[in-house]
Amino acid sequence: MLEVQDLHKRFGGFAAVSGVSFKLEKGTIMAIIGPNGAGKSTLFNLITGHVEPTAGRVLLAGREITGAPPHEICRLGVGRSFQRTNIFPNLTVFECVQAAVLAHHGKGRNFWLRADQLYREQTEALLASLGLADKANSLAGELSHGNQKQIELGIALASDPDILLLDEPTAGMSSGETHETIALIARIAAERGLTLLFTEHDMEVVFSIAAHIAVLHQGRLIAEGTPDEMRRDPEVRRVYLGERS
Amino acid sequence: MSRRPVPWVLVLFLVLLCIPWLGSRLYTFIATDIAILALFALSLNLLLGYTGLVSFGHAAYFGIGAYTTAILMKTYGVPFVVAFPAAGIVAAGFALVFGFFCVRLTKIYFAMLTLAFAQIVWAICFKWNDVTGGEQGMPNVPYPDLGWMSAIPGLGSLRSGDHFYLLVLALVAVAIAALRRIVASPYGRMLSVIRENPERAEFIGINVRLYQLSAFVVAGFFAGLAGGLFGIFNRGVFPDFAYWTKSAEVLIMTILGGMGHFWGPAVGAMVLTLLNQQITSYTEYWPLILGIILIVLLFGFRGGIVGAVVALNRRLRGR
Ligand SMILES: Nc1ncnc2c1ncn2[C@@H]1O[C@H](COP(=O)(O)OP(=O)(O)O)[C@@H](O)[C@H]1O
Ligand SMILES: [Mg+2]
Repeated sequence: MLEVQDLHKRFGGFAAVSGVSFKLEKGTIMAIIGPNGAGKSTLFNLITGHVEPTAGRVLLAGREITGAPPHEICRLGVGRSFQRTNIFPNLTVFECVQAAVLAHHGKGRNFWLRADQLYREQTEALLASLGLADKANSLAGELSHGNQKQIELGIALASDPDILLLDEPTAGMSSGETHETIALIARIAAERGLTLLFTEHDMEVVFSIAAHIAVLHQGRLIAEGTPDEMRRDPEVRRVYLGERS
Repeated sequence: MSRRPVPWVLVLFLVLLCIPWLGSRLYTFIATDIAILALFALSLNLLLGYTGLVSFGHAAYFGIGAYTTAILMKTYGVPFVVAFPAAGIVAAGFALVFGFFCVRLTKIYFAMLTLAFAQIVWAICFKWNDVTGGEQGMPNVPYPDLGWMSAIPGLGSLRSGDHFYLLVLALVAVAIAALRRIVASPYGRMLSVIRENPERAEFIGINVRLYQLSAFVVAGFFAGLAGGLFGIFNRGVFPDFAYWTKSAEVLIMTILGGMGHFWGPAVGAMVLTLLNQQITSYTEYWPLILGIILIVLLFGFRGGIVGAVVALNRRLRGR
């Protein structure tokens, strides 16, 4: 479904991502782990067109999308969320999510209908499934960090993506919130048959839902495999798991 | 039975419609001025308040519209029904060309480029004597033929300035209704999403630059219409219409009235015009007063007049 071939990104002289290749099969849940600064967010930015790679290719369903603008990549079915909450602060929660629904249905060019009457049900259903129904009319920017993370997820889901990239969807959450959110993501992924690629710092969480794990270290993919294989891999234990125990 | 909300906009329109019957030439004159400038300011707010684009050169499109209508009517004898929409279309055409370059830049660079293009427009108006009349402008732009209005019962006794005012009021009302429709549409929602967070907007599948450009063109269109009316109202068009001070003036109107609310810029246009009228008859220190008003506004009422009223209203209603 998604394939990354020998992807490189240099910022000035600094190699943030160097020579990363992997394949993501349809319907799987894959996690990318690695310490801070390993290049996880940069990798997401490269895949979604936010940052242009220095070298390498990104293929979506066999079609090259390297260097395409983000809005095109989104329209091809790749959704994403951001590590640092990135929403529309002065819109209501409803408007934030509905905007993405409107854009997804190609209604952006319509300048004569009333926006607030369109796709109400879809938007409300999505908000309800995220537990945001009672916050629909609050300004997105005024809500708690946890709620904003949910809105972030809602905006990403509203485009009805085939592949969803979540960059630390639980960053800054308490452990209780983290588990709720992860359960929610797993449920939605299963319901929609999503292909999911995510990064997460809580190892317990990663091992609980990912079928496949890739370990990134200083911009390089040093290991890849099932959770069990990763747990046994001495290199992974040394650079990452070891660090935390 | 739930109470029907009062259709304030309709009430306001009907009140404005009555102004000619007050019998004062001055009132009609000021009301025409305000109506046209309100449209001009509302057109700017499509960029400023809705799309989050700061234009320092919006007067360019006002000026282009004014010259288009004036040249067509005076030089070529084209009737108003053609010369008026032409003002919007020609201004939109220029906005498309200039905007193509502007949306490639962001923030202050965008603003400076809009200013640069506006100065070019001004320079052309100023120097192209054969077509624009150069520095002298084009005086004596003819009034549209409004003889048919006298035939309408009740309007026969009014002066031609009153007839023109009624025409302006009707056209501005239609233009504002269209703008209102646009900002409430899905397209308008995409613009506010871009204002809120252009980076994120890309990731919900919006081609941000294209939408910014289209907003620039639409805003230019309506500014052009306002300019077309203003040239006739002013009985002449002059390079000043496109000068940067005009761009600053409309920017001040928009911020004074409140760019966070649809009607804010119209209120700003009204207040600024009335203040200008009043204060200049007492003192020559209008720029000083204007400066003070701006300072108070920026420190005290970021939401402008309408923003302050809305906030006050909310507080009075309770909680
Ligand atoms: N736009 C940028 N310009 C310069 N350096 C960057 C940029 N984005 C990321 N980096 C650097 O690349 C490295 C990887 O960052 P990032 O991808 O955010 O890591 P992670 O998400 O794994 O914590 C970091 O050292 C970071 O400072
Ligand atoms: Mg990161």
